[in-house]
Amino acid sequence: MQLTNERIRERLNEKFGDVLSEWGDPYGMLTFTAQKDFNLKVLQFLFDDEELRFRFLTDLQAVHYPKRVGEELAVVYHLHNHIDNVRIRMKVYTPVEKPDVFSATALYAGANWMERETYDFYGVNFVGHPNLIRVLNVEEMDYFPMRKEFPLEDQTRVDKDDEMFGR
Amino acid sequence: MSDHITLAEGNLEKTTTTLNLGPTHPATHGVFQNIIELDGEKILKATSTVGYIHRAFEKISERRNLYQITTLTDRLNYCSSPINNMGWHMTCEKLLGVKTPKRVDYLRVIIMELARISDHLICNSIVGVDSGAYSGFLYLMQYREMIYEIYEEVCGARITTNIGRIGGFERNFNNKCFEILDKFLVEYPKQLKEFERLFVRNRIFMERTIGCGPISAERALNYGFTGPNLRAAGVDYDVRVHTPYSSYEDFDFTIPVGSTGDCYDRFLVRQEEMWQSISIIRQAYQKVKEFKGADAEVYHADVPEYYLPPKEDVYTKMEALIYHFKIIMGEIDMPVGEVYHSVEGANGELGFYLVSDGSRSPYRVHFRRPCFIYYQAYPELIKGGMLSDAIITMSSLNLIAGELDA
Repeated sequence: MQLTNERIRERLNEKFGDVLSEWGDPYGMLTFTAQKDFNLKVLQFLFDDEELRFRFLTDLQAVHYPKRVGEELAVVYHLHNHIDNVRIRMKVYTPVEKPDVFSATALYAGANWMERETYDFYGVNFVGHPNLIRVLNVEEMDYFPMRKEFPLEDQTRVDKDDEMFGR
Repeated sequence: MSDHITLAEGNLEKTTTTLNLGPTHPATHGVFQNIIELDGEKILKATSTVGYIHRAFEKISERRNLYQITTLTDRLNYCSSPINNMGWHMTCEKLLGVKTPKRVDYLRVIIMELARISDHLICNSIVGVDSGAYSGFLYLMQYREMIYEIYEEVCGARITTNIGRIGGFERNFNNKCFEILDKFLVEYPKQLKEFERLFVRNRIFMERTIGCGPISAERALNYGFTGPNLRAAGVDYDVRVHTPYSSYEDFDFTIPVGSTGDCYDRFLVRQEEMWQSISIIRQAYQKVKEFKGADAEVYHADVPEYYLPPKEDVYTKMEALIYHFKIIMGEIDMPVGEVYHSVEGANGELGFYLVSDGSRSPYRVHFRRPCFIYYQAYPELIKGGMLSDAIITMSSLNLIAGELDA
């Protein structure tokens, strides 16, 4: 039997019910949000279940939504079932003041650097990560540069006068 | 004389050597640092540091219009930038709902497969260089030059190509371009065959690479390997087949797989992929030739909102002037949505995650760089091996610093 988005949704609903919400399928990819404390349980279920078999972590990153007060940071998991060739996207929202999310490193070795990168740019604290340090930026950096409170320089600004750089 | 050299605690009893491999070591072919703990020549432990050429592409993308981000993708895997460019265009097209004509798809396939050849060719000949056989590198290098000449005819650039536009190509392929392609398709297979004769059954090369830096299929999947490195471990996952894009479903080709995931298998998988790419290019070229009349001149989709009008129209027609202005100033509103699109890059699944909030630049862009994800397995791959195996493992993984750091 083909594994359709409806079937995945049904299977996950049976198991988790209210834990999952915000269902959708933008551009054909099933997307849902899991409650923060359940992220690892859902990932484990998706991994172990004989029908779902989402055993490949394609990508992991965060998105900052300053307007969603109380749940500003979204950690986005892209999972892939190689056998049935289906992809899904799972999101977990966490407040920016206390951005603790359980780490998926025990399940996927590849999550190690992806989580370090996410921590590096958004400051998401992955609880249970063996080595949560910055990966691309310098270690001394004391802020998380991809958050929306750090806008890029306005390209049309005129108040800068730096002859050396031709501005 | 108060300045005595003080040694760290336990240093005299230490029986191992700490070696800094990189960040600027000629044998690492890029800026990577590895702090290696050695017992004689045997590697006990390695710690990787990356980020030396991090350029904050994802952050910069949040400020730019879609067409300006293409130049950033060039600089990810700069050995095969056209694949990155095409991947980005296809992501934008998916978001904007642009459908490309068949001829554009086939031309894209030609360019992408040429890029794959140029990438694998570098990787495999560098594996040769690092194992002491320099001549193979010189044999193949002239054909990369030929590929670059084809890029030049299409887009005017060679390495950081910025090739193509949303909806198609900036200009049609000219006759010169097809001439070089004809020449390439005749000469390159001969040279590749000769290259294979130098390496594949060469006793020295085999001794040097078999069993060097191996990984099992389970570990490779767990680490998120994709592309030739995963296929060398025996998993037949290829985005071109699993989620066909750009009409890859119209072509007949096979996915080579290895079994042990060591350097030799990675070499053979890349070698076979080059043969498959040549075959795909031939098929695509044949399909391109079959277009007749007006169809044979199509090189972009009819999407004036996203595709720049011809310059002479801009000077003479009102509509064209408006579109030109809107596109250049980035005044194109994107639909709200989030899209993930991936292409089979030379190193594996190159994914683009684009979140749009309906403004004129992306809300968030994330590049899934295959290099970054599989490089974390490097310490595990080289552990227990010799120092010289570490060098050859690194080159056979085909690490590209630009893709690693983004």
